Amino acid sequence: MNKITIYLATSLLAVSIFTACKQEKKLPFYGERHAETVKDATGKEKIDTVYQTIPDWSFLNQDSVVTTNKATDGKIYIADFFFTSCTTICPTMHRNLMTVYNDFKTNPDVMFVSHTIDFKYDKPHVLKKYAQKLGVDGPKWQFLYGTKDSVYTLAEKNYLVAVGEDSTAKDGYIHQGYLVLIDKDRRIRGAYDGTKADQVEQLKKDIPVLLAEYKK
Amino acid sequence: MRKYIISSIFFLFITGIVVSCQNQETIDLQNYMSNGKDIYKNKCQNCHGENGEGLGQLAPPLTDSVFLKANKSRLACIIKNGANESLIVHGKEYKEKMPAFPELADIDVAQVMVYVTNSFGNKQGFVPYSQVSKDLQNCKIP
Repeated sequence: MNKITIYLATSLLAVSIFTACKQEKKLPFYGERHAETVKDATGKEKIDTVYQTIPDWSFLNQDSVVTTNKATDGKIYIADFFFTSCTTICPTMHRNLMTVYNDFKTNPDVMFVSHTIDFKYDKPHVLKKYAQKLGVDGPKWQFLYGTKDSVYTLAEKNYLVAVGEDSTAKDGYIHQGYLVLIDKDRRIRGAYDGTKADQVEQLKKDIPVLLAEYKK
Repeated sequence: MRKYIISSIFFLFITGIVVSCQNQETIDLQNYMSNGKDIYKNKCQNCHGENGEGLGQLAPPLTDSVFLKANKSRLACIIKNGANESLIVHGKEYKEKMPAFPELADIDVAQVMVYVTNSFGNKQGFVPYSQVSKDLQNCKIP
């Protein structure tokens, strides 16, 4: 009898340890961070970590409509930088991103934002044609056009994606093929190489994890 | 008995020669296929996809055997000089510009062309480099 009780107690203990250890998976935060003293709801001061966020932006979309960061309010979104005449990494990136788009097409909490870095040629009507030919219709995937300065600054300072003009490159521009995952509070929560199928698969797994953070 | 052994060795020897001596064209085809695959990966796959599936209406698939056959003598020109006219592939119209690849030598064009026309469900056999060179000389310069 005594033995049985001991066995039971140990196994109970083991089980409780294991369940206690099971922590919910959370995505990391990218970019700079700093500590800030903030007041909580009750007016008590406490120190909190403040993460890098995407600032306000305003661009023309593929329908020549002024689109701002308000479009992504209350949504998580995937941002990337490309241009329509790109023959190197962009077609692969968007082929892969299309599969993500198709997976989350019906989810109202997920959006896609593609910025063109070809400020000379990729005017909204060019973006529209590109989107249609890619097979994208509607506001869920925004293709945005802006001045060189505004787009390049946003890319490098805020989304942490390197972009640039390069007359020696075949198509005139160079850029990184990252798909950047942004949460509802405009913080960077993931960056995936859009040219690599396995990283895009990881993105597909991480989107539900990020959405789950907001379900509580 | 001795005669028997000698003749059987001789017979084996001959069979060995015949088996190991593959058709030269088969060897060439294998060569072109493996080099062509590398070129395809570097130059074509971004737009046309790993399995030649294309990309929406931006880049046509490479799985239309009828198109490939009908345009056989033009394929080399398209690979090297790109395309700037509308093409009907699988009954759909594709109007996007295809870039030129002037850096490809004739042999590269031949290899990647043989790869494409013998992959993704296509099976159009071997085209020698000499034929591709001839095709390339007859390209209409746009």
